[in-house]
Amino acid sequence: MTAFFNTTLGLPYGWAWAIATLVGILAIALPLMLAVAMVIYVDRKIWAAMALRRGPNVVGPFGLLQSFADGLKVFLQETIVPSAANRGLFLLAPIITFTVALIVWAVVPFQPGVVVANINVGLLYVLAASSLGVYGVILSGWASNSKYPFYSALRAAAQMVSYEVAIGFILISVVMWSGSFNLTDIVEAQKSVLGIPVNGFFLNPLLFPMAVMFFISALAETQRAPFDLTEAESELVAGYQTEYSSMSFALFWLGEYANVILMCALNAILFWGGYLPPFDWAPLYVVPGIVWLLLKMCFFFFVFSWVKATVPRYRYDQLMRLGWKVFLPVSLFWVFLVSGVLMYARVGVPA
Amino acid sequence: MSVAQYVKAFTLWEFVKGHALTLRYFFKPKATINYPFEKNPISPRFRGEHALRRYPNGEERCIACKLCEAICPAQAITIEAEPRDDGSRRTTRYDIDMTKCIYCGLCQEACPVDAIVEGPNFEFSTETREELIYDKSKLLDNGDRWESAIAANLAADAPYR
Repeated sequence: MTAFFNTTLGLPYGWAWAIATLVGILAIALPLMLAVAMVIYVDRKIWAAMALRRGPNVVGPFGLLQSFADGLKVFLQETIVPSAANRGLFLLAPIITFTVALIVWAVVPFQPGVVVANINVGLLYVLAASSLGVYGVILSGWASNSKYPFYSALRAAAQMVSYEVAIGFILISVVMWSGSFNLTDIVEAQKSVLGIPVNGFFLNPLLFPMAVMFFISALAETQRAPFDLTEAESELVAGYQTEYSSMSFALFWLGEYANVILMCALNAILFWGGYLPPFDWAPLYVVPGIVWLLLKMCFFFFVFSWVKATVPRYRYDQLMRLGWKVFLPVSLFWVFLVSGVLMYARVGVPA
Repeated sequence: MSVAQYVKAFTLWEFVKGHALTLRYFFKPKATINYPFEKNPISPRFRGEHALRRYPNGEERCIACKLCEAICPAQAITIEAEPRDDGSRRTTRYDIDMTKCIYCGLCQEACPVDAIVEGPNFEFSTETREELIYDKSKLLDNGDRWESAIAANLAADAPYR
């Protein structure tokens, strides 16, 4: 796209690059906002269906406009800042959550070459940016100057740190197998795993447990059920969002669901072939890669909602036990296993 | 933990079973009805909005015996009566405070002439409190509007009384 602005429209290279990047960002951010609205609706529908309920069905056909009605309602409300709150940080926190949820999308490849920033350390960038997400939660909990949001912030900090350790090890095994930190290269490395014409690392018996663990860690990372202790309504009112209203509350919601969609995308990209079709069969490559990626993301979002509708919330000590005493040792062991297998398979091959 | 328990724990067996169950429920027909457009059937004994009935010739049934007023546990009924010009005893005032009423049905049980009844209507919400203080004309109007349904319900329940 930079070439288009540079040569066709005759802009200097710097301007062409800036405009092309801006267009790319908007091309991702705007559909993402729309997707978040639809995803909230779908989430409620799936959850309702599993409880034999109907879910939203009044606003628009099949209730499709429900999220927009909610958004409009929230938009028209007053933003209330508690008098005891730290005003600056209180208003900054939802902005951080929202921004951090968006910036990770810069490295997500939608098709070969279709990515805003095709950086070599894409996976490290993902890890770094998603770790920053916890700042929004901690700041909101602390700045609210209220006891339940504060508890929630403490929980969120410990929870996200614990699960990011496991996620780090899981990602290392993926990186070792694909030989790259670049997300596009990781997807390309998943073509015909082990010589079977199926695309995706999940087929590799060594990496399948990692795929499952990554999915569970993704649930914990996005604070979805059963790991939604930070907003456990029976204990903490609404967690760190308790004191928020209006658009600042909406930004939390948008950020949270944008994160969920992102984790669906990462699941698809890292283990299930990303934009590659499920089978390595030439006619399937006619369908654009973004369609395959979206289909896989939809599937993972369904599983996210499915888990939410099925599993009760963990107790906090169980959550910590799972993170530190199960996921950490298992993923660490798996890193040794994968690296061992790779070293054994490469005997005599110069690194 | 035994070996079997370890295998179960690491294959997430219980989770897989649970998710299979919820997936079955996902495809089941919905239990909720689409309320304003669909309604559940209600019993002939259903105790809804009150109505004062009339005889087929148009004469009101109520003879102002005040048994309903006496038995009403919420003291929601107020009756005043005096003889009419033709000498029959009728009410001049018959008020029910629907905000007090607990829909126990004792008024219709007490009524010797089946005048006051609780009909099948349960959709009479209002926007003001005053609209829920029913007077005699409102109750008679209810009786006229719901007479066919009320008569059918009384006939259906008659064998059990």
